[in-house]
Amino acid sequence: MKTASKIYTALMFLFLFAPIAILIVFSFNDAKSLSVFSGFSLRWYRELFNDGPTLQSVRNTLLLAVSAMVISTVMGTAASVGMYRLRNKAVKATLNTVTDIPMTNPDIITGISLMLMFVFAGRIFRLANSLSFWTMLIAHVTFCLPYVILQVLPKLRQMDPSLPEAAQDLGCTPTGAFFKVTLPEIMPGVITGAIMAFTMSLDDFVISYFTSGAGFQTLPIRIYNMTKKTVTPKMYALATIIFFVILTLLMISNLTDTKSEEK
Amino acid sequence: MPQGRRPSAGLLAPYSIWAALFIVVPLVFVAYYAFTDNSFAFTFDNISRFFTATSVVDGQEVRTYMLIFWRSLKLAFISTIICLLFGYPLAYIMARSSEKAQKIMMTLIMIPMWMNFLIRTYAWMTILQDTGILNGLITAIGLRTVHIIGTESAVVIGMVYDYFPYMVLPIYSIMAKMDIKLIEAAKDLGCNNVSTLRRVIFPLSLPGVLSGITMVLIPSVSTFYISQKLGNGKFFLIGDAIEGQFVANNLHFAAAMAFILMVILLVMMAAMKYFTNRQVYGGSEA
Repeated sequence: MKTASKIYTALMFLFLFAPIAILIVFSFNDAKSLSVFSGFSLRWYRELFNDGPTLQSVRNTLLLAVSAMVISTVMGTAASVGMYRLRNKAVKATLNTVTDIPMTNPDIITGISLMLMFVFAGRIFRLANSLSFWTMLIAHVTFCLPYVILQVLPKLRQMDPSLPEAAQDLGCTPTGAFFKVTLPEIMPGVITGAIMAFTMSLDDFVISYFTSGAGFQTLPIRIYNMTKKTVTPKMYALATIIFFVILTLLMISNLTDTKSEEK
Repeated sequence: MPQGRRPSAGLLAPYSIWAALFIVVPLVFVAYYAFTDNSFAFTFDNISRFFTATSVVDGQEVRTYMLIFWRSLKLAFISTIICLLFGYPLAYIMARSSEKAQKIMMTLIMIPMWMNFLIRTYAWMTILQDTGILNGLITAIGLRTVHIIGTESAVVIGMVYDYFPYMVLPIYSIMAKMDIKLIEAAKDLGCNNVSTLRRVIFPLSLPGVLSGITMVLIPSVSTFYISQKLGNGKFFLIGDAIEGQFVANNLHFAAAMAFILMVILLVMMAAMKYFTNRQVYGGSEA
């Protein structure tokens, strides 16, 4: 790399990481100040771990993300196999277009559209509270599904179609051929799809915001409510923890990547 | 036996029903709410309110929602252009580095992406505040403090910061796959660096540029958190307007604005797709 490129790259990454570094430094600040560092302390971490609603929201987020991941991965993989076998061009094109909608629409529109339908359904069934964990789960599965399909469908297209046929010629039932041959073949796509669904669900704020009920708060919604009123260093402590969790996860996945390539 | 033509219906049914119920029907509800009043009678009022409602700003009568809408478009476009101008060279440098460096830089780009955008925005709030770090630094070197928070610039900074990786990654992934022989051929045939970039690299990277633009423009134009935090609340984007009507339980007007936003974005995306298709598949052959 030439020197100019190096400097440019360094500047770009400085821009990306300086704000995060500032959050991390000030999460250890003794005082509440945002511009003066007055001494090292773990005060804000203590406050964070004594904050019941925040801890509850972490549990809620994980519960929702795991549920959305399982449902969208199973349904999305089945749908991909169905779409792969589909011969009817019109049906295929329609399904592809519909699958694209949640990915291209702004989140705010996906959120508003689902919310309107839930509220309307709530009116019809005369429910006092039409938004709950279940409406959020539906919303999350809906926006995760396209990402699963996007990962699985290309793997099916790359697969040699004679493999499952051979399995059936050798006496497998169609279901058996799917589980013994097709599924292992497309597994990398299924796993990537599942991870994407999990992280999308974990990270989502906008769609959750519109489809959540009063009783069920996820972490992003909790963060939104915490930052609504005033600046609190407790948030910095939370951000720091999230940063190091992400860093560890990415480093682990990178290390395993390099190892599998070396084999 | 004809290759695997059987029970695809059973596999497709759950997803088809789900997609119809939770992707298509909700969009119908947006249109339904947009064109009805509180008792669900047909009306154009919500739509016309968007185009005609007025209010007084700085002693001048303005079209409230048109002003908000143009401001959203303007700030989103500015942010997208800044992301493209700074992201394109970075993607280019990344794609030309050693494999190990590429991997490290990819990870570095993805870390901020994985942090929730609420936190990323919040970080800038603490930096840009009047008593924040930026002004602390400025006074430390003896200059007068600046007031950024609450201005359009602060919102643009937030948008650029939050969505910058979404511009870099698609351009990078196209460039990393680009056939190096094409660039060498251009140079052999007498292109200098600039004309290689203009006539070979840039046209080939256009699909990546297009998806980068889409991935920055769409969330920028529809954001409400960034403008709430960095625009100090008094400052409205179309996302704020929709969210505000949602909080005030004015669902029909919120739906009308969402409907208009959706239609305009669809037209914009279609136009952009048409333009790049011509550039990539039509223009280069001429």
